[in-house]
Formats: sequence, structure tokens, C-alpha cells
Amino acid sequence: MGNLYKLTIFRYDPDSNKTSTSKYEVEVTESHWTLLDVFRYIKNNLDDTLTFRYSCGQGICGSCAVTVNGRSILACETQMKFLDSFDLVIEPLRGFPVIRDLVVDHSLLDEKVRAVMPWLVCKKDPESDKERYQSIDDRAKLDGLYECIVCGSCIAACPTFWKNKTFLGPQSLLYACRFMLDSRDEGKNERFETLADKDGIYGCHTIFNCMEVCPKELNPGKAILELRKMFMNEES
Amino acid sequence: MEDPKILTENVVDVPLRNVHKHDVIIIGAGLAGLWAAIKCKSAGLDTACMTKLSMPQRSHSTAAQGGIAASLGSLEEDHWEWHMFDTVKGSDFLADQDAAEILVKDAITVVREYEHMGAPFSRTPDGLIAQRKFGGHVKDFGRGGPVLRACYAADRTGHVLLHTLWQKAMELGVRFYTEMFAVSLITDGPKCAGVVTWDTKNGGLHAFKAKGTLIATGGYGRAWKITATSYSYTADGQYMALRAGVPLEDMEFFQFHPTGLFDRGILMTEGCRGEGGFLINDLGERFMKDYAPAKMELAPRDIVSRAITSEIEAGRGIKGGPYIHLDIRHLGAEIINTRLPQIREISIKFAGVDPIQEPIPIVPTAHYSMGGIPTDVDGRVLFDGKSQIFSGLYAAGECACVSVHGANRLGCNSTLDASVFGRRCGIAIVKDFPNLEHLPLEEDSAKMASEEIGFILNQKGSIKPEEIRNELQTGMQNYVAVFREEKGLSKMVSVIGDMHNKMSQMYISDKTLAYNTTLMEAMELRHLIAAAEAVTYGALSRTESRGAQARRDFPKRDDENWLKHTLYFRDKSGFRFDYKDVNLSRFVPEERKY
Repeated sequence: MGNLYKLTIFRYDPDSNKTSTSKYEVEVTESHWTLLDVFRYIKNNLDDTLTFRYSCGQGICGSCAVTVNGRSILACETQMKFLDSFDLVIEPLRGFPVIRDLVVDHSLLDEKVRAVMPWLVCKKDPESDKERYQSIDDRAKLDGLYECIVCGSCIAACPTFWKNKTFLGPQSLLYACRFMLDSRDEGKNERFETLADKDGIYGCHTIFNCMEVCPKELNPGKAILELRKMFMNEES
Repeated sequence: MEDPKILTENVVDVPLRNVHKHDVIIIGAGLAGLWAAIKCKSAGLDTACMTKLSMPQRSHSTAAQGGIAASLGSLEEDHWEWHMFDTVKGSDFLADQDAAEILVKDAITVVREYEHMGAPFSRTPDGLIAQRKFGGHVKDFGRGGPVLRACYAADRTGHVLLHTLWQKAMELGVRFYTEMFAVSLITDGPKCAGVVTWDTKNGGLHAFKAKGTLIATGGYGRAWKITATSYSYTADGQYMALRAGVPLEDMEFFQFHPTGLFDRGILMTEGCRGEGGFLINDLGERFMKDYAPAKMELAPRDIVSRAITSEIEAGRGIKGGPYIHLDIRHLGAEIINTRLPQIREISIKFAGVDPIQEPIPIVPTAHYSMGGIPTDVDGRVLFDGKSQIFSGLYAAGECACVSVHGANRLGCNSTLDASVFGRRCGIAIVKDFPNLEHLPLEEDSAKMASEEIGFILNQKGSIKPEEIRNELQTGMQNYVAVFREEKGLSKMVSVIGDMHNKMSQMYISDKTLAYNTTLMEAMELRHLIAAAEAVTYGALSRTESRGAQARRDFPKRDDENWLKHTLYFRDKSGFRFDYKDVNLSRFVPEERKY
């Protein structure tokens, strides 16, 4: 005997431009089933019109973030037995335009991250036949920053972003910090022109929802504080 | 592979939404596609890169964990010649040695260029790129012990390489088309004019005109039930190439990675063994002593996968079950947390096992296609599989076959292959560009794509795609996996026949054009079946054992008859094989022992 899950899933039909909800009941007998397995079960057996994104199935590509009982999670790496309820309300990621059902248009993630120049800025070309020096300690400063999979969970959970859509948001600021703390990077001043602003590092209200929901256990809020500290030091 | 017929009543119309024109179109945004995009864009070409996924960063390259091989010698003596010998021996002498030589020489440049672009590699105490041991990579032309050759960023190497390339492409201003699913090439004989795509987001077709078109769409691990690959790994590029008359090379050689997390098959990097992990059977033995006494757990993947499968079949799986243990507990918490953090995370999340406390249950898992679209050493597609260039068409990465991996790929040579040949391909497109032209689009350029999609949307059968997908994956898992024999392969042939019948009765109820993932999955299923056919027929016809092709009924390598590449052609009338010689420029085939 398995556990019976009752799912209420948000639907949006782009053809009719109508929203609705669908209810499904799924008995989960396999103890390691994930929420993505349940979605796929519904799609393959009960209702092939249910639409959601997914790709890697192992929690590393960032495609399948959805909102479950108010909290954003990755469907593919969340085992059903770790959810705290058998009644699940499933919605798309918050704050993004919906394309269909659980699929959102997250092109704004791209726009926001582009604004922080998410690439290594170097004033002159490195010597071609060797790598640049970076100490183990300097490299360790990037841990907790470079692992972001761009799933959008943090920005969907950010109350500042809900209110202010021009806020750069936790994901792109985490990304900015990854480059600002890189010992090889020389783009600090250029980036601060964009970052040191109410829509940048001073837009954050340090609520730390981003840290709460990050499936990779990163802490964008802390990265933003780090950037503020760095900017203060620059100024003084 | 029959051309689908459109039913005339109540047809869902498939609109052609737009025609785009670029200098270069790159299909796929993994390591190979992005390298080519960067090289083309840097040279001033109007470069567009498309992916069927929602972002380039979703590409399956991100799943590579352990590293990228290059004889940098950060920590100890190493030479490209040693790397080349290991690659050729690992391939069971089926790799083309001119290509393997390019692979290992370019490796050094490619890894340094990654660093220059900003890739956050782990570092040595001297501040150089860190390197670890990996299976089959050894010193002194196979005579020495394991060598530190795999350049890594913890166990997230693919993630950092992919993100680094995406960052560079963004800086350069490469035009990305996301959720754009390539369906058919626009060709005129062996000349490519571009590609027709399905716009997933809006529904409808687009035609892309380009002087150069690159297929960089990855592999097709989803043809098997237990696999380490993404759901999106479905042979899309291989299928398009077959339909354009191009053969597929060496498809019978498909790698099973020894250590997939039981029972899904999610990758547990070979880096676990590179760092010193053990494989243990139910008797508590390091059973590799019976299969590869010198190299033990660091023997190449084909050998380790056969060893694990043999142990399980002999009843020495854990508690007699279908898995064995990968034990890394003795490495200690610090090494595990700094060098293998993602392994720990995935084990805990998917198997409920913390590898610091307990051994990890593992099983061989479908992982990598050594075969693919035949190309020259600069990614130019070969129309006859041998020497005739398909003008304007290129392929690189896992979907291509140069061939550098022959019958079995070494770990860390796939991120390398995708990078080296993606990069070379970009450079070749720039070089070829003055001699390439925009071919005129014919009125029926989108016909093939339109018919395929219309066929699925308007089919009136009763069979669900899932039923056929299950049949495919179960069949491939049972009959065309680590070990093969004629009896099982013949069974798979009849499964294939059955699937073809069912495909013509497949029904999907979702008729919406916008974001119809059911439609996409049905198309992907068709692609997977086409690839599985090539693998099955190739495995059946090759009556020898070499690398990943292990025939129980033909257990020996047969150089006299089979030291040659298979070329699989497919058209409406059926399939046929042709063969081509292996380039043996440097090393003479010898018995392969570890």
C-alpha cells in the first residue's frame, strides 16, 4: 500500500487565455518517487495536457522549479516522502509571466543577470601558454557562489522583487558576487556603477527567503551583504 | 522511418511562423555548440545558437562531474603522447589515431582557454589547475600507475565549463533562440541550407537559413531504462542527419558508466574512484582484483561495467540484489565535502544515503554514445561517411563521431571531445565561410517537418506514447546493454518492428500548439527509436567483442574481420551497412589488458 496524494494544480490555457485548477489523486507506492515522477505519471496516464518543464532529472539543470504549498522547490529532486503534506497545491514560480500551466517565461532572469556583466573582466589578455595563478584560498572564496543553476527559485521567493520588478534580484546579485570576489577579475568599478543602487545591492531588504528556498543551499542574501561591504570599503 | 501520411479530415494546421537568416546556425547549446558559437561570433559572423531547452545552461553538459582530461602536468610528469596512447588503448584500437592525436594536443590549449575565460577550476597548492586520477589514464604508455590528468572544479566540472562558455557567448552577443526544437535539415543533395524548427513556446514552425549549420545536440541515453542522461537526450541531431542521407558511424558502441546511483542510474562520478573509492560486492570483496588486477577500480569503464554486471549475475550483488556498493567512506568527510560535494548531495537526496556514513548503492547506467554523425577532424559532416564533404553542414560533441573514442571512451574525454571539436568546428566554419553560400529556400522546405508534426497531432490511434517508450527502454535495457548476444538482439529487432506498428497508432489528446510537451516527447520518441535501431542492428552485425560491444556469443576481438568502422545508412527502403578503415598512424593494436 502506498500513500495517496491529492494534487491541486494551477492551469493556464494560452489558447483560451483562461486559468483554472485541476485535481488529481495519485497513489505513490515507490518510496523514492519524486514530485517529477508524480507529474510524469499524471501526464503519461491521466492527463497528457498537463504541462511542466523538466530536463536533467537530477537537480542540476534548474528546469523544474515550481511552487508547492507556497514554497518554490525543484520537482525532480524532491522525494514525495519529504513533503510535509498529502494535500499539495502546485503553482508556477511566482512573479513570472505564465506561458502554460506550470511553465513560466523566465527571460527576465537573463536580462537581469546580463546587467551585472556576468563574465570575467580582464584588462589584458593572459599569457596563452599557461593558466593564471589562483591560490586555493582565493578559489575557496567562490564556493557557495559559482554553483547557481539559475532555477529562479530565489527570485520567485523575493518579496522585494514582487513589489519592485526593476530590482536586480538575488540570482543576478549572487552571480555578480561570484565575479567580484574572483581574484582574477578586474571589473569591480564597472560593475559597481550598476550594482550600487536601490535596484541593486541596496534594494535587498535582507529577508533571506532566497537562502531559505535555494535548492543548492546557496545564500544570495549573504552575497548581497558581501557586495555592500565591498562597496563601503571601496568608498572609504 | 516511413514518411508519415497526413490524414485529411480535421487536420490541426501547422503554421510556418517566420523565416530567419543568419551566417551560422548552431543547434544545441552545450559545450560543443557554445565553443563553436564563440569562435564564429569572435570572427565577426552573425551567429545564432538554438536550444530546445529553456536556457543554454540547462544543456546536459552540465551533468559532467569528474573533469576534463589534459596532460598539463600540474602535479606530476605527463605527456600528450601518454594521453593519446591511453585514449587509443581505451578505444580498443578503434579510434582514428590522427583524430586522437589532435584531441590530446588541443586538450592543453582548450583547458587553458577555459581558465582564461574565467572557469573556476579547483587549484593545486601552487595555484595551478588541480588534476585528479581517472580510469584508464596512466603513465608511460600504459606501463605506469594512474596519472593526475583530469582537470576539475570539485565534482561540478561540466557545470562550470558550460556556465563559463555561456557567459562568454553572452559577453560577445551571440543570438540565442531558446525552446526552439530543430526538426529537419533543409538540404539539396549534400548541401545544407539551414534547418526547420518547431517553436515550442508559441507552436508553429520556423525556417532558419544559414551558410553554416552545426548539429551539436548530444546523445540519446533515454533509449534505455536506467540512464545517467537528461530526459532531453533523445538523438534529435542523429535523426535529422539520417533523414538527410548521412550515415551514422559505430552506433553499436554505447557506453555504460559503471557507477549509476541505484536504481535510477544518476551519475556517481568516476572521480569517486579517482579519489580512491572502492567497489565492493556482497562478500565485502574489492572484486575488481578478479577482472583488472593491475588497475583495479581505475580500469576503463567498459571493463568495470562488465565486472559489476558479472558480479550481480553471479548473485554477489548486495544481499543478492541488482546493485553493488561504491564505498568512499575511507576518504573522510573533508575530501568528500571539498572534492565530491555534489555526489554527497545527490546520494542523500535520491537514495537517502550519506556517503560519509554509508556505501553508495550503484549499478551500470546508460551514459554515452561513442558513435554518431561521421565528421572529419574539423567537424565537417561526411555525406558518405568517408570523404565526401556535406557542404555547409557540421557536427560536434556527443552526436558526432570523429572518431576519437572508438569502441570505448575514457572518462574526462567527453567534455574534452565536445570542447576540442566544438572549438575546431567553429574555426573551420570561419575558414570555410568565404566559400559557403546561402542556398535558396524551396517552397516545400518545411514540408518534412510539417508532415511529421501533423502526423502526430492528427493521428487517430489509441496507443499512448508512454506505452511505446516503455517498450523501447525495457527492450534496450534487457537486450542491448552491457552484454549482448544474438538471441537477445534478435528479440530487440522484433520489438522494433512492433514499435513501428504502434507508432502509426499513437494518439495524443493534447492538440494545443503552444507549449505542447506531449507533442515534443512524441517526436523525441521517434528519434530515440531511430537511434536504437542503429545501435541494435550494428550490435547484431558486428560479430566480435570490442570495447563497449561485448558479445557473449563472440567473446573475442576479431581484428582480421572487424578492425573497421561501421557506417549505418537508413532510407525508406531499409538500412544498409558500409565500412571504413581505422586510421592507425602511431600505435599498433595489441591485446588490451589492465
